Amino acid sequence: MESIGVLMTSPMLSYLEQELERRFKLFKLWNYPSFSAFAQSNSPSILAVVGGTTIGADAQMIDSLPNLEIVSTFSVGLDKIDLTKCKQRGIRVTNTPDVLTDDVADLAIGLALAVLRRICEADRFVKNGFWKKASPELGVKFSGKAVGIIGLGRIGSAIAKRAIAFGCPVSYNSRTEKPETGYKYYSNILDLAANSEILIVACALTKETYHIVNRKVIDALGPKGILINIGRGKHVDEPELVCALTEGRLAGAGLDVFEDEPEVPEQLFGLENVVLLPHVGSDTIETSKEMAELVIQNLEAHFLNKPLLSPVI
Amino acid sequence: MATDLPNILVMGPPLIFPDFQSQYSHSYNFLTFFASSLPLPQYLSSLNILPSSIRAILCNNMQRVPADLLRSLPSLALLVTTTMGTDHIDMPECRRLGVRVATAGGSFSEDVADFALGLLIDVLMRISAANRCAKKWLRSELPRNIPPASRVGGKRVGIVGLGKIGTEVAKRLEPFGCKIMYTSRTKKSSVPYPFYGSAVEVAAESDVLVVCCSLTEETHHIVDRAVMEALGKEGVIVNVGRGSLIDEKELVRRLVSGEIGGAGLDVFQNEPLVPCELLSLDNVVLSPHAAAVTSESFHHIMELVAATLHAFFENKPSLTPVMQD
Repeated sequence: MESIGVLMTSPMLSYLEQELERRFKLFKLWNYPSFSAFAQSNSPSILAVVGGTTIGADAQMIDSLPNLEIVSTFSVGLDKIDLTKCKQRGIRVTNTPDVLTDDVADLAIGLALAVLRRICEADRFVKNGFWKKASPELGVKFSGKAVGIIGLGRIGSAIAKRAIAFGCPVSYNSRTEKPETGYKYYSNILDLAANSEILIVACALTKETYHIVNRKVIDALGPKGILINIGRGKHVDEPELVCALTEGRLAGAGLDVFEDEPEVPEQLFGLENVVLLPHVGSDTIETSKEMAELVIQNLEAHFLNKPLLSPVI
Repeated sequence: MATDLPNILVMGPPLIFPDFQSQYSHSYNFLTFFASSLPLPQYLSSLNILPSSIRAILCNNMQRVPADLLRSLPSLALLVTTTMGTDHIDMPECRRLGVRVATAGGSFSEDVADFALGLLIDVLMRISAANRCAKKWLRSELPRNIPPASRVGGKRVGIVGLGKIGTEVAKRLEPFGCKIMYTSRTKKSSVPYPFYGSAVEVAAESDVLVVCCSLTEETHHIVDRAVMEALGKEGVIVNVGRGSLIDEKELVRRLVSGEIGGAGLDVFQNEPLVPCELLSLDNVVLSPHAAAVTSESFHHIMELVAATLHAFFENKPSLTPVMQD
């Protein structure tokens, strides 16, 4: 398979880079000034694209790669891939579901605790030497708080399971009701927000869920509510969120994703009640390795004409 | 100047004290001994207050309540501490003198357990460290100057002390897919987790230790060099108990030399002093003894203390919950 051209869109993980290099003819998009510069000399060579959360495979890229057979994304999210184009061209698409579910759910809970219990703030407080002169600020108790989850898929369900162990009543909004879960369902996201103290975004990003957390939802969540986003930045109307946080209309937020990564709204930097992460989601050593292995196994299966392990199309 | 209001000697002081003092200034005469550098007898005589007029102390663990102080107050009958722990109090002397010690009991167990989980997830997944990097994200390709994050799921977590707090920690850890085990004074037959007779034994089988036991003579430095050695290079320690449960000097040495994976520490041997070597470590998350500090617990303990003192001085049983002995 060493002659098979594979395009990696960004330096998402060095282990993945190394393994791809060992097996295929690897092209690294970030070594070129632009995609068009890359495509000019190399487009016919590319049979596979390994995309990620920053650069996937959009219409322009797919159109420029005449021999593209498969897109294997190093993520579970498919929002950066033009699935319609792939279907039209008969291009296979794989992602990395399940292996990262627990990490992302753990992070959602970790963020909620960090915000409510002011953990990052406490770490700064002690490390900056303030404890000698002042006492810690009061946090807000996490156990027992009403948790509202937007999207009760794999990740949403994993978050719910964890929240229950803290005595938190769980409710959700989803495309369809899932009565077998026993959690309270709200068909209207405004009702979910109004009845939650912690609102967690855990759904997939689609046309329907773009800006699903808008001004109205933020208002319904209210000044004592906190928002946790481990989905996609575009799930949230970011300028509205920034306004609400700077004006004190929301009690706090824990954000792993942003509308225009790696740009993070500067106004959020100075807010003690906001925890910002540079899209770390599933970046633990163990999960990154498993995701990389799944990408590789999917590519190998495709080129050996075997069934794909985690096909989307 | 003595007043008709009952005297309460205040030591520590408890976090609630400023609010408590302003709310109950018409009910009690608060003697702010914590703010004085004088020894107790001189402090009291400077205010023309007889030691025999003091029947109650209100304190927390920021100051010790030793035998000689207890003995110098012949009428002392009640000692209210806003903590769960009593390691700052000479308990045998209290028993000898017939002084009732009222504590926060299990009031904070959930808050402390929540915080322990928060520290555990933060240290493993590098939340505080990554938070610091978010500002620099735009300017660097990948903000990977932080130690790599590690999964919570699948970790073997050894709980040191399966009391009120330890039990709540275990309950919360279960859905994270952690393998839970514990060491405690006695084995708890109703508990499904594997029991180990000593901290060294549980450390040998763990990736993470969560220290939640009370501080006694037996548990002083329960996490010592041997335990840290058994835990190993990738091990993580979370401490929400008392600083002296861990050999702090040894822990700091290992963190600096990389002989231990990381730590989440809410308590220290000499609060509010924190070993300066820890201040620059990204694999360490520190907090100022804040595991029980929420507005909910604050208001709860205010009510408990008020009811306890009221019932005591009125010599009537309380209609609302009072503190445990």
